[in-house]
This record gives sequence, C-alpha cells and structure tokens, in this order.
Amino acid sequence: MSATGSDAIREPALVRYSAIAVAIAFLGLSVVVPLASVLVQAFGQGAGRFLAALREPETWAAIRLTLLTAAISVPLNTAFGVAAAWLIARYDFRGKGVLTTLIDLPFSISPVIAGLIFVLLFGRQGLFGPLLEAHDVQIIFAVPGIVLATTFVTLPFVAREVLPLMQSQGSNEEEAALTLGASGWQVFFRVTLPKIRFGLVTGVILCNARAMGEFGAVSVVSGHVRGLTNTMPLQVEILYNEYNLVGAFSVASLLTLLAMVTLVAKKLLERSKAVRR
Amino acid sequence: MSALPFTRRAGVLPGYGLSLGITLFTVCLMVLLPLTALIVKASGVDWSDFSTSITGPRARAAFALSVGASLAAALVNGVFGTLVAWVLVRYRFFGRRVLDALVDLPFALPTAVAGIALATVYGQDGWLGSLLEPHGISVAYTRLGVTVALVFVGLPFVVRTVEPVLHELDPKVEEAAATLGASRVATFFRVIFPTFAPALLTGVSLAFARGLGEYGSIIFISGNMPLRTEIVPLLIVTKLEQYDYAGATAVAVVMLAVSFALLLLVNLFQARVRRARGLR
Amino acid sequence: MKPLALLFALAGTAALADTTLLNVSYDPTRELYQDVNAAFAKAWKAKTGETVTINQSHGGSGKQARAVIDGLEADVATLALGYDVDALHQKGKLIPADWQKRLPNQSAPYTSTIVFVVRKGNPKQIHDWDDLLKPGVLVVTPNPKTSGGARWNYLAAWGSALRKNGGDEAKARDFVTQLYRQVPILDSGARGATTTFGQRNIGHVLLAWENEAFLLTQELGKDRFEIITPSVSILAEPPVTVVDRYADKHGTRKVAQAYLDFLYTPEGQAIVAKHHFRPRTGAQPERPQLFTIDEVFGGWTKAQQTHFADRGVFDQIYEGGK
Repeated sequence: MSATGSDAIREPALVRYSAIAVAIAFLGLSVVVPLASVLVQAFGQGAGRFLAALREPETWAAIRLTLLTAAISVPLNTAFGVAAAWLIARYDFRGKGVLTTLIDLPFSISPVIAGLIFVLLFGRQGLFGPLLEAHDVQIIFAVPGIVLATTFVTLPFVAREVLPLMQSQGSNEEEAALTLGASGWQVFFRVTLPKIRFGLVTGVILCNARAMGEFGAVSVVSGHVRGLTNTMPLQVEILYNEYNLVGAFSVASLLTLLAMVTLVAKKLLERSKAVRR
Repeated sequence: MSALPFTRRAGVLPGYGLSLGITLFTVCLMVLLPLTALIVKASGVDWSDFSTSITGPRARAAFALSVGASLAAALVNGVFGTLVAWVLVRYRFFGRRVLDALVDLPFALPTAVAGIALATVYGQDGWLGSLLEPHGISVAYTRLGVTVALVFVGLPFVVRTVEPVLHELDPKVEEAAATLGASRVATFFRVIFPTFAPALLTGVSLAFARGLGEYGSIIFISGNMPLRTEIVPLLIVTKLEQYDYAGATAVAVVMLAVSFALLLLVNLFQARVRRARGLR
Repeated sequence: MKPLALLFALAGTAALADTTLLNVSYDPTRELYQDVNAAFAKAWKAKTGETVTINQSHGGSGKQARAVIDGLEADVATLALGYDVDALHQKGKLIPADWQKRLPNQSAPYTSTIVFVVRKGNPKQIHDWDDLLKPGVLVVTPNPKTSGGARWNYLAAWGSALRKNGGDEAKARDFVTQLYRQVPILDSGARGATTTFGQRNIGHVLLAWENEAFLLTQELGKDRFEIITPSVSILAEPPVTVVDRYADKHGTRKVAQAYLDFLYTPEGQAIVAKHHFRPRTGAQPERPQLFTIDEVFGGWTKAQQTHFADRGVFDQIYEGGK
C-alpha cells in the first residue's frame, strides 16, 4: 500500500521494498541491537529481579527527582519554544539569524561544557558564587542546578520542531481570523495551536525524552549525593559501577519505557487528529 | 528589513511584544548569560600556553578525530536518515509505527548507557563484534567505534528534521512532474530533493555539531588512546582533572565558536532559501 | 504502594535526624563507608544520645574534589589522593595547609596498594613487574589523566622500576614507556578498566587497587581470576579530612571530627580490614615491600607536575617526544 494513490508518483515495488529493508536494517544495527542488549541484561534474570531493582530506595529517589526535573523543564521549554517559533516565523527583524542560532546552540554544546558553565556561574568561585553564599542559597549540587542544566540542554527541542511548521504554513489563516474580529489569544488557541499540534507534540516528547535521559551536564552539577541529588541516568552509572548490572540496566530500561509511553501518547494524538480530518 | 535590531516590519499579527519578551528573556538568561561566564573565564587563560596545548600532536589528533568522525557519522545519517524518513512518510508497512518510535530512542537512553551497550555489542565477544571480528573488522576501541557511537547519537536529528518537510510535500507537484514526462528518479532529484535539501542540511549540521561535543557514549567505546582514539571533550575533562578551569574553558570556547559558526551559516542559508521561495 | 512507603520512610528518617553529615568520597569506598556510617551512628548514639545521619557521595576523586571546591558542602572529604585534598586548600581555601598533620598516619586511616589481577591459572605466568613486559602480554589500566587510581598504577610501575634499577630514572622511564605500549585501552575510570578486563575479556593482566581486585573476584567469580601481589609496590594512602569551612557553617565540626576519629578505633579498623583496605594497626601481609609517594616522588604536587600535567612524562610517552 502506498500513502498516495496515484501510480505515477509511486516507486516500483522492488525499490519500495528494498528501501524499507535498508531502513529497517540500518535502524536495527544502530538502535535495536544496542537497545536489545540493555533489555536482555535487565530482564535476563527474570522480571522479579527487575522490579526488585526498581524498589531500592535510592533508585526510587532518583526516579522521583527525574520526574520532577522533567515536570519543570518541559513546560518551561514548551512555552518558550512556541513563543520563539511565533516570533521567528511571523516577524522580520534584524538579528533573527543570530537569535535562531543562539536557540540552536544548546543542541551542539558538549554536555561536559553545559555542566561546566553552570559551575562557572553559580559555583562557589563562579560569577554569582559570593552572592549566593552570602544569602545561603544553594543552586548547583542541589535540585535547582539539576533543573537549570536540564532546561538548558533541552531548550531548543520544542522551538526546533514548531518553527519549520509555522514557517511553511504561513499566516493567512491567522490574518483572516483577525479580520473577522477574533482576539489575539482566540487566534492562537483556535487557529495556530491546532495547526502546529503535530510538531508541538513531537517537540514536547523529544524534549521530555532528553530531559529524562540527560547525563553529562547533570552529572557535573549534581554532586551525586545518594538518595538526594541523583537522577535516573546518574543512578544507572552508579549501579553499573557497583557491578549491579541488573539494577543498572533495569533503570535504563525504565527510562526507555518512559520514552516509549510518551511516544505511544503521541501516536494516539496523531490518530485522533487523522480521524477528525 | 528595518534598521534597528528587533524592530519589525508593519504587520497585522499580534503578539510581537509578548513573544519577543519571552524569547529574549529566556535566551539571555539561559544561553547568553551562561556563555558569558564561559568566555569571561576563558579570558583568564595564558594564551601562549593554550596555543601550545591545542597545537600539540595529541590535541591535533583529537581535533582531527572529533571532526572526522562527526562528519562521517553526519554523512552516514544524512543518507540513511533521509531514507528512514522517506520510508516512514511514504510507505505503509507492517511495523512502521515501531520503526517510527525507535528513531527517538537515542535521545532517551542516557549516553553512558548507550556507550556501555555499544561497547558490549561491538566488543570482541559481543553479538555483532563476534561476527565482525573474524573478518578483521574491529569496531570497539577503534575510530570506527567512535563513528558508530556518533551515528547512534545523531540519527534522530536528521530523521526528525527531514520528516516534517516530506510530510508537507504536496503530491500534486510530483504528479505534475510525472505528467510532464519526468521519470521517477528525475522527479526525485529535480523536484523532491531540492524541497527537503535545506532541512537535510540542517539535520546533518545538527548531527555534526552534536557529534563534536559528544562525550558520555564515546569514552566507553573509543578506548581513549592518545593520538588514536582520543576525542576533544576528553581533553577538556583532562584539563579539569588538573584544576585547569581556564584551559578547559578555552578549549570549550574554541569548540563553541566552531558550532556557533556552523549553525549560523546554516540558519542564514535557510533564511535565504525561504526568502527566495517567497516565505518569511 | 510499598515503594512509595519506603520513600516516605527514607524522607522521614532524614527529617528526624538531629545531625546530618555529608561524606564526599571516591568510587571504591561505597561499601566501606556504608558499614562505617552504620557503626558510627550507633556508637555516637550510645555516647551522646544524638542521632546522626551520614549522606554519601561517590565519584572520581578529582571530580569530587572539584565539586567540594565549587560548593558541594561536604562536612568530611575522604578522597583517593593527597593531591585532591591539597586542592581543597590550594584552590578552595576550605581547609588549612597543615591538614595532613591533624590526624595520625598523615591523615590516612587505611592504606591500599597496587596489585595484579590475572585470569585463572595465570596462563601468561605473571609474578612481578618485569613479567608485564613479556611479549604479547596486554595490560589493562585506566587513563592517568582522568583517573586517580590510574595515577597510583603508573607511579607504582615507575617506583618499582626505580627500585630494581638502583634509582636509574632513564631505565624507569623506559620500563613505563614499554608498559604503556602494551596497554590496548585507556578507560577513563578504574571501574571502566575493571569491566573491560573482567567482562569484555580484554587483556591478560589488570593493574588495580588491592580492594578493587578483591571486589572484582567476589563480584565476577572467584574461579575466574587470581590476584598476584608483586614483590614491590606503592603504599597508597587515601587521606581523610574535615572540611573546616563547611563543617563550621553547619555546626558539625565536633561530630565530623568524631566520625574521622572513629576510623582509627579498633572497631573502625576492623571494618576497614573487612573491605580489603589495609588497616593501620594489626598484622600486615608480608608482600609487597611498599614505598611511599613522598619517598620516591617527593609528594603528590611534584609527581602530578612531572608526570601527569600537560606535556608531562605521560604525554611525552605517547607523543614520542623528549
């Protein structure tokens, strides 16, 4: 079956099937096999060991901290992403290229550096260190630092997904709605939001996946205090380093499963959208 | 285009002030401020010391490896990522949804886990390593291994940037090309490819830029041998180990400048393409 | 609901505690300090009636020291190398310069040494340092630029070669250069190297802390590995200190001090021995002959400068320069 009906724009069956085969083989080798090895190590000794590993108090604390971090940074980045995409897609102004690039930058900053910059800002010897120390405010090596580093690393995800959609869709419908007397917020919620829903959901899901999975940057600002400032990825490393392979890969599998759940949610949303059409 | 920064052309759409406010506030707080801290710190470095430390044979080998492997991985992802995106958008087949879900997983897996998993799978006793090793192909602890890890890390960037554009592609254009007698291959390269080429370029550059900075997944599979499999972020970590914050940030600033220049070029190029097509 | 209840129970104990200490330590001491913490809390309760909870943080020694300098408010630091504790004074002004003199035995309540781990039956017949250079022997050791444990390995090799060659620096350098030619992989941390050797079956001999070697054989199978003690090795002295600035800020100096003193008591020393660190009191194994870093290298700062700094001896070994 092809997505489009016309024969003129279909590839021959041979081409289609080999393309599918190559795509599956490529994803299989680069993603499925490593992932399968994680799952095998987690469940290899039975689901009971898997569940027991997740019941460890330190692991539970890590799961809770990871969910908290994602719950703060994902909504922030969603609001930011939509505002930034609207700004860049709808208006012309000088410095747009630089602004877009600055938004992209956290994508490409080495996680090692991403953690380091928050140490340079809020560390005891950093720019704001003396100020924070005077007021006894703890940012890095505490939850706020972890949230900040995560927000930084995941900043571009929503903007990057929504922006191309807004750019390719243009703003005729919004302008028409305004002419018909709709208020700005009405236009946003009734016209724009439904139009960008596909990209927005993808962005939120990617943002969430990365927020929960970020390792490098968080590792620098966490302080690794057991039961207090370890996130799930850090807990994975700790368990692995303690020769607790089942525990390590159980937490890793749980992270993967959490990502899968969000992906399924996305699929359901897309389907409801398709039905409405 | 108007003369002052952040002043706009007249238009009817509301929300300029609000969106500008939110965006600038966040970018200043979350991106500019941290980067300023980085640059302030790096300015404290002894630059002659720094230049010898980044032009030494080890540093040069590390830069060559980081750039080379990231580029190779980005190109591999460019080709296969496009194929995956095409297959996901255009064809309906059993398991398509699963395939679609798998693309995002490299984002979700902590990089350290990815590195451990890859090193296990491609090690001499691993599932794939034990198949490749007899043919004289070593992946783990070689430059090839670094590239494999970067392909894993960069894949979602290419697929997820190209996919929406393919989605939006109007089949009527292709039908018109076919009606006018163009072969399917010609239609692909002359009609379809130019449409998603800018998105592909963005995806490949993002994958490349991300590859330059990747640390967690690589250190497990590279073996970290000086002159052979040592990457640039490892140089930063070794400087930190000596409490040399200034030196570490100096290397970081160099990497950052490369990423920024690359992304800026891509964004400016894309803006030109859009303007040429009459979009904003 | 059971896991949730556990979580609340955990939060509950933390809230009820009179005093909380944070011990920032390095990687292989987790099990050791878990036992020490429980024993100390009990002893402290019996003595003063106060409840004390000790939080633990573990990681690479250098990374942990940097975290403390940058504001991780540790009441006590128990690290792998004197160099890293020195940094708390030099870079962070958190402790006085004479920190090492404040507790017995240069503030190191336990020691360790560097030993070899080989595969069962010792197929390559490795018994001492010279055997490591036999043709075809692959040696697994982590990267001294990123791992504290790896620096002990390197210095143990260098020092033992000096001993064998009557103090000839050039011969020691040749030995170490040749040794690192036979190292196929430089993992970034000690546990990474252990995994490479133990689980990926790479290399014939692993250089490791003595306590790590015991832990490896316990965790990955006693029937798969043997521990070989060389005739000469280094005396690794992982130091401990109260972090004055933070302890004073928290008002925990007294209990922090008591916590470190506890490590020197017979009870503390027994726990140390149980975890395969070498206690300061009691009988010591005959092998190996141990030399200290002060005797051979003139202290950590000097050793770090000469061997591990940028363009130091370790870099020269790889760059082939002079």
